[in-house]
Amino acid sequence: MNLPVKPNETNTAVQNLYSDAYDWTNQCVKCGYCLPACPTYESMGVESASPRGRINLVKMAAEGKIDFQKDLAEPIDLCLGCRACETACPVGVPYGHILEAAKEAVENSPSANQKNKMTKIKKLALVHLFPYPKRMNRIGSAVHLYQKTGLSKLIRTSNVLQKVSPALAHLEQALPAIESSSKRIRTGTIMPAKGETKLKVAFFAGCIMDSMMSRINRLTIELLNIAGCEVILPENQNCCGALHSHQGETKQAKALAKRNIQAFMQSDSDVIVNNAGGCGASLIEYGHLLADDHEWAGAAKDFSEKSKDISQILYQLGPLPFTEEWQGIVSYQDSCHLRNVQKVQKEPRLLLQSIPGVSYVEMEGFDRCCASGGIYNLLHFDESMKILDEKMKNLKETKATTIVTVNPGCQMQMSIGIQREGAANQMKSMHLVEILAKACGLD
Amino acid sequence: MKKEALDDLSQVIPGDRMFLDLAERYCYSYDASFGEYLPEIVVQPKNAEEISEVVKLANTHKIPVYPRGSGTSLSGGPLPVKGGMVLDMTLLRDKLIIDRENMLAIVSPGVITANIHKKAEEAGLFYPPDPSSSNVATIGGNLLENSSGPKGLKYGTTKEYVIGLEVVTPTGEIIRTGGKTVKNVTGYDLTRLIVGSEGTLGIVTEAIIRLIPKPLSKQTFVAHFNHLIDSGHAITSILSSGILPSALELMDNACIRAVESYRPSGLPLQAEAILIIEIDGHPLAIEEEINKCADICRTEGASYVKIAETEEERQTIWSARKLVSPAITQMGPTKISEDATVPRNQIPAMMEKLNNIREKYGLNLVVFGHAGDGNLHPNIITDKRNITEMKKVELAVSEIFEAAIELGGTLSGEHGIGTLKSPYMEMELGITGVNMMKKIKEAWDPNNILNPGKIFPDKGQTKVVLVT
Ligand SMILES: Cc1cc2nc3c(=O)[nH]c(=O)nc-3n(C[C@H](O)[C@H](O)[C@H](O)COP(=O)(O)OP(=O)(O)OC[C@H]3O[C@@H](n4cnc5c(N)ncnc54)[C@H](O)[C@@H]3O)c2cc1C
Ligand code: SF4
Ligand code: SF4
Repeated sequence: MNLPVKPNETNTAVQNLYSDAYDWTNQCVKCGYCLPACPTYESMGVESASPRGRINLVKMAAEGKIDFQKDLAEPIDLCLGCRACETACPVGVPYGHILEAAKEAVENSPSANQKNKMTKIKKLALVHLFPYPKRMNRIGSAVHLYQKTGLSKLIRTSNVLQKVSPALAHLEQALPAIESSSKRIRTGTIMPAKGETKLKVAFFAGCIMDSMMSRINRLTIELLNIAGCEVILPENQNCCGALHSHQGETKQAKALAKRNIQAFMQSDSDVIVNNAGGCGASLIEYGHLLADDHEWAGAAKDFSEKSKDISQILYQLGPLPFTEEWQGIVSYQDSCHLRNVQKVQKEPRLLLQSIPGVSYVEMEGFDRCCASGGIYNLLHFDESMKILDEKMKNLKETKATTIVTVNPGCQMQMSIGIQREGAANQMKSMHLVEILAKACGLD
Repeated sequence: MKKEALDDLSQVIPGDRMFLDLAERYCYSYDASFGEYLPEIVVQPKNAEEISEVVKLANTHKIPVYPRGSGTSLSGGPLPVKGGMVLDMTLLRDKLIIDRENMLAIVSPGVITANIHKKAEEAGLFYPPDPSSSNVATIGGNLLENSSGPKGLKYGTTKEYVIGLEVVTPTGEIIRTGGKTVKNVTGYDLTRLIVGSEGTLGIVTEAIIRLIPKPLSKQTFVAHFNHLIDSGHAITSILSSGILPSALELMDNACIRAVESYRPSGLPLQAEAILIIEIDGHPLAIEEEINKCADICRTEGASYVKIAETEEERQTIWSARKLVSPAITQMGPTKISEDATVPRNQIPAMMEKLNNIREKYGLNLVVFGHAGDGNLHPNIITDKRNITEMKKVELAVSEIFEAAIELGGTLSGEHGIGTLKSPYMEMELGITGVNMMKKIKEAWDPNNILNPGKIFPDKGQTKVVLVT
């Protein structure tokens, strides 16, 4: 006989959370092994900012003991989603799934009043922007124009953004120089391998990567080409949906996933490559996201199994044909989603160490989230900066002049960190692809 | 919580370190054991003075106070069973001084034990107590539970290393006990009384702990036994041969199977027991000792003996033992982890009794533990939502304790009494024995403010109640 723990609530949000996540939360034995791994527990110092605390709160919510908005929303919102806790957990509690179920429950709970619901900007971006490549491209071009015309200089010197929102001001300064749209590679194009074709690769361009960081995308493709890959950029691909799942917009995430699966499965490729840790994590979880969808489950699983990070492929096909020496000390900041979800740790390091002239130094706490966390640094600016400043202390210890990441969010966050330290003259943050491309004489 | 009490408290603790909201209170309602008790308030003090003030107020307003480290207790130690206030000690973590000349460490109670291990090692020194929770647990929690781990056999438990304390008493005074000298016979040994008192006699705000020189090297081997009884004889023969291993760990067949199905690593499924033995000291000495131990195991009927030749092989041997906890939690969501301890020559007898209990109740019961010091961990894996089985578990747990005590052992070797074992105190100590302890508690804590509901059973309570 089983205890009637199922809440007698008519509240459907409670019921849903109970059926989605309750069993997962019960796997937690409260041993606390995850506590030392959690950056927000370290910076905030309260149990509700720890994985163990959050899991318990989800459990309490599923039992109908606490309110979604009043009690659960904030602790869940303050989680970075870095999933370091999952790697630390000895019993394999699927924290990522619990987190997503909780976010969805919070978003859709009946007590969610409009004020607490997604802030307007968030909603605007998630629903009307990221899913539409054309709109994203237009923004990319606008930013390019903004940077080229000198308007950005004006704004920077005038400090107006700082007054409006320090978070935005930081972000604005961290934005990479954007290439003009004429250099952007069009979808549908096939780019042949240089020399023998070792692998056929379909490239996932990503929404932010595609619009704001098209230069990195271009370099990624060029690197793949010289490593022996034929690269295709499938048409009709779109945003991976990571930000949507992270914000509890599961429906939209599923729709985006299906469109991507369709787009990529039509292209005949051995692997699907991406260059953004966060997107990659979302791609390898399509299998899980659509597991209950009979029509899509099989294809989703295949898609996930084929998805690889750029570092895995370049390492597999290496060594790369380097032509230039690199000067100075390089250190690497793991992208949480690459490290903790995709479990890719050694390849980026080995690639960096293979660049002629690089002296590689590991930074203390390399496996800690930099607190960029999707758009965490916009939504929770102060908390994010606390964690970032800790990281910068460790980074300075290494005496590195270059800090490398494999995720656009992390890269911008590290730029922000460098600015905050006033170290822009001594140090820069780069995407792995940029440094590799430079050493290969591309660019 | 009454308004006057709250007003008074806010004079001492700033608002951002005092929590009344439901979410935070639920976050301090559990530990790694069993049960959920909602505190009325959670307070995060930063120093002894604040704690002293808070405890004085708690006496005035009769609010129970529950000190808490990282909440990894397996016996319910920090659970706020009578409501009141949880005092989260984790912010007291700024002091970790290694005094190399005097071979001491002076630490704040919220420091994580593994950090002491690390800092001591950097200075060429060694802090031996090593509970497997040391990456998470605070030194305060270790002290109050008198924790230990595999190294207890050779190096003893936490209490052997604590020589001085700063304590806030249950009535709110700040006192010091012991000091920086290893020898100290001035008056009653209050340090020892407080260590292991599970937060019922005082709140530790600083500790002076002894360090020893780091052993030069270590060697490890593993032995498989087809018969449990042979492994028991091997243990006693090794210990009577004049060799003192730094660890002597045992896993029973149920553990072996659990680990193998969790992460296959070539463990012998037919073996009734595996022993893991580690020896540390001077390289020349341990070379001879490890071979002698291996010979003893062979003579006593081990089917396989392997001495690790590289650090990697050593890690492989230990990984089997380390996988036990995660492996068994795959067998069910609720884990009742006991630590009944018997004199080491009674280990085979105890294993026999545990076997009978397993069969009698048809429960998932696995046994592993620190065989060298007789500290066994019978673990029952179940699902607390299954009430019929939980009732059986209650009976089985009672029988485990009875068995240990019959064999001349004790209720707890390292996890403490807390809420889970209090009903059995009289069984081990007798009424008078328990009463002497109670008198101490009453004298120190006349208002029963500090961690009430622990160690001593409620009136008429004679067995553990896991589900109601
Ligand atoms: C996976 C796992 C493995 C474990 N392995 C071992 C092991 O090998 N050996 C072992 O001995 N134990 C082990 N334990 C039990 C537990 O880790 C120890 O008892 C540990 O010492 C508790 O420390 P804590 O900081 O979590 O304290 P808590 O659990 O928070 O508290 C423990 C007790 O100490 C009191 N307390 C805490 N801090 C103070 C203070 N500053 N002043 C006064 N009272 C205080 C509390 O009131 C409570 O009674 C294990 C637990 C887990 C979950
Ligand atoms: S490590 Fe895993 S089981 Fe332990 S408290 Fe964290 S989530 Fe729970
Ligand atoms: S995902 Fe990261 S921030 Fe969130 S609970 Fe886990 S470790 Fe902490």
